Amino acid sequence: MLKDIAFIFGTTFMYATPLLYGALGGVFSENSGVVNIGIEGMMTIGAFSGAASTFILLELYGNALWVPWAGFLIAGLAGCFLALLHAIACITFRADQVVSGIAINFLGPGLAMFLGGRIFGGSGTTPTIPLEAKLIRPFDTILKGKPLLGMMLNQYISVYIVFSLVGISWYILYKTKFGIRLRAVGEHPKAADTLGINVYQMRYIAVLISGFLSGLGGASLSMAIIANFRPTLVSGQGFIALAAMIFGKWKPQGAMWACLLFGVTTALQIYLGSPAVGLKISTHLLSMIPYIITLIVLMGFVGKSSGPAANGIPYEKGKR
Amino acid sequence: MDYLKSHIDLNELVIDMRKITKKFGDFVANDCIDLKVYKGEVHALLGENGAGKSTLMNILYGLYTPTNGEIYIKGKKVDIKNPNVAIHHGIGMVHQHFMLIKPFTVAENIILGIEPITSFYQLNMKKAIEDVEEISKKYGLYVDPRAKIEDISVSMQQRVEILKALYRGAEILILDEPTAVLTPQEIKELIQIMRNLTKQGKSILLITHKLKEIKEAADFCTIIRRGKKIDMVEVSKIDENQLAAMMVGREVNFKVHKEEKRPGKVILQIKELTVEDNRGISTVKDLNLTVQAGEVLGIAGVDGNGQTELIEAITGLRKAKSGQILIKDYDITNKTPREVFESGISNIPEDRQKHGLVLDFTVYENMILENFRKKPFSKKFKLQKENIINFSKKLIEEFDIRPKDENNLARSLSGGNQQKVIIAREVTNDPELLIAVQPTRGLDVGAIEFVHKSLVDQRNKNKAVLLVSFELDEIMSVSDRIAVIYEGKIVGIVDAKKTTENELGLMMAGGGYK
Repeated sequence: MLKDIAFIFGTTFMYATPLLYGALGGVFSENSGVVNIGIEGMMTIGAFSGAASTFILLELYGNALWVPWAGFLIAGLAGCFLALLHAIACITFRADQVVSGIAINFLGPGLAMFLGGRIFGGSGTTPTIPLEAKLIRPFDTILKGKPLLGMMLNQYISVYIVFSLVGISWYILYKTKFGIRLRAVGEHPKAADTLGINVYQMRYIAVLISGFLSGLGGASLSMAIIANFRPTLVSGQGFIALAAMIFGKWKPQGAMWACLLFGVTTALQIYLGSPAVGLKISTHLLSMIPYIITLIVLMGFVGKSSGPAANGIPYEKGKR
Repeated sequence: MDYLKSHIDLNELVIDMRKITKKFGDFVANDCIDLKVYKGEVHALLGENGAGKSTLMNILYGLYTPTNGEIYIKGKKVDIKNPNVAIHHGIGMVHQHFMLIKPFTVAENIILGIEPITSFYQLNMKKAIEDVEEISKKYGLYVDPRAKIEDISVSMQQRVEILKALYRGAEILILDEPTAVLTPQEIKELIQIMRNLTKQGKSILLITHKLKEIKEAADFCTIIRRGKKIDMVEVSKIDENQLAAMMVGREVNFKVHKEEKRPGKVILQIKELTVEDNRGISTVKDLNLTVQAGEVLGIAGVDGNGQTELIEAITGLRKAKSGQILIKDYDITNKTPREVFESGISNIPEDRQKHGLVLDFTVYENMILENFRKKPFSKKFKLQKENIINFSKKLIEEFDIRPKDENNLARSLSGGNQQKVIIAREVTNDPELLIAVQPTRGLDVGAIEFVHKSLVDQRNKNKAVLLVSFELDEIMSVSDRIAVIYEGKIVGIVDAKKTTENELGLMMAGGGYK
């Protein structure tokens, strides 16, 4: 029994992590007034770039300690690249942010599969990274021989990073000059503009941060939870992240609780599907759980919460 | 100059705009305008809509560059390229639509853009709050720095806007139509604030078309008409009629002529009506009201006290939660807008561009928005264009809509002529009850005269008129009876001939229940 709870606890954190990266990305972008439904695409390109670059670096430089870190960083930068496209379309050219986001969601997987096919051949799946080149588990040695604690806390570094990012994001958004300006731009860009704040610059930075975090989220899938990229890896988690951000009322800590809720449903799904429990329910039905929870959450709660006032509205200087 | 307040320094010009010309293509918005503001004065800038007031102020605030002309501030020639330069030269602007961030606190709004920080870019909110408390004390503008903007009243929000400018070291404050959203009492407070500020050496540029306020608050007044400066006058030496004549270019009749009339039978009856807004809050609560034939009933009140929901419930756009709405004993509660219209209610809506017209339709199409299904405009599923055009031509002639071309898009007409299209259409329905919400908002004096006359004409034809307006002067001159709405309830009904602005103002603010 205790073992079961420890298993569910650990798995919850593991599966909440990629969502939380994406959701925090959404928090930054949408608080500046740019709707980002392209998180899915950014996570996909991040997942691919992280796994692919780690594998290539491994071939080139051998199993150095910095290799997974470099892969992780490259994943973030790849997310940034797609975010830059989104920013140019939405901020500079004032395109419809939803349409641009949809385009990003096609572009991300498309690019990942194309590059994957070119570099590694086949259908876009990258070769598996050896265990020692995955992201590290910082408490691996300390928790050795303690099965229960290990099951709960022996997580990859990406898990610890993202939960500290919740606090850091909160601090940045609510306690710094940068944060108050970012939120001002998302609420009332014209007011911010008349006070000498560069609306376009703030929004670009926010969208780029969003892309970077989403990219890391992808890599936390392909370099930690499993050890390669495959086209079905992300499969809607970007959208669940988006739902979590909305459910969390566009706040970092809110997004965290929402992601943990989704994480728990995934953990339950895995637990209930394991042969040890012996439930006679099709795994296909069980794997629907997180998506159904997303739907219920979006139907039931989102109508009542409202985001930043200028979210989704392109800003045009000098327009009355 | 025999009388001027002692703190005005006629030797020091803080603003000296010389021969300012601004062209947009072929259109000359400002034609060689001079504007001089002395230190310590309240200077009014008077003109009708489209006269060029806003253009001139946008030039001063750096939002437009003038085609020609020079600007001197405190004797120094300046080139104001953007608002930052204007702020740097001590010019602050309080926009008509407040530039405030609603979920932020008062202090956060004031410091935004020049935030005091501690190390590591951390906001120093403690210092921010102290700073705000200090200037708010210095200028007698009390605000609670920790309150959120969305929780404070409109007049408090205006104070925050003024403090925002002062915090940036403004010496010259531009106030753009500052009284449009205030109750009479709040207007008095604002005028007092303006006096305090000028005593401390600030200068104020007051943009307005309300003559009474100019008389009360301003020292000098520059009048502009069709892009040209007409005159600069000392306010104490001129009366309201002269000001109006200079603004419009002809004599204006402020008094609405009304023949004596005894109201007839009850047309509209509202019983215990409760309506909720979009958030599910009851903004109209157990409201009772009747309107009789041959009277104009004016609803006075500050914006947001349930007027919008009340009218939407009457016209069928919003469901009533409980209560009854009767028109001549016929129950129209929660009927569709078409059923309401067919029962004899016509409506001049608050937002003429969103709800009154289809802007991208022609004038003739707009003329039949309500009656397009009926003969002679439509026969067997097909619109009868010839009949529609003839009908429109007749109305354009009758209501003097300009330009006289029914093929124009509604979008291309001026605000006054757009309103004329709506009035022509609604009045021609010959309704039992005509509802008009803010019918003169944004219109110039000439158009206002026309709208008021149309409303009174309906009354004289023994029809009922329900007028909702935030302009007390309008309510008082057009109505026969005045009902004051406060927090969704009618808190008093008075005779328009016998009441005073003070009495109404008090009721509008929730005090003095009668």
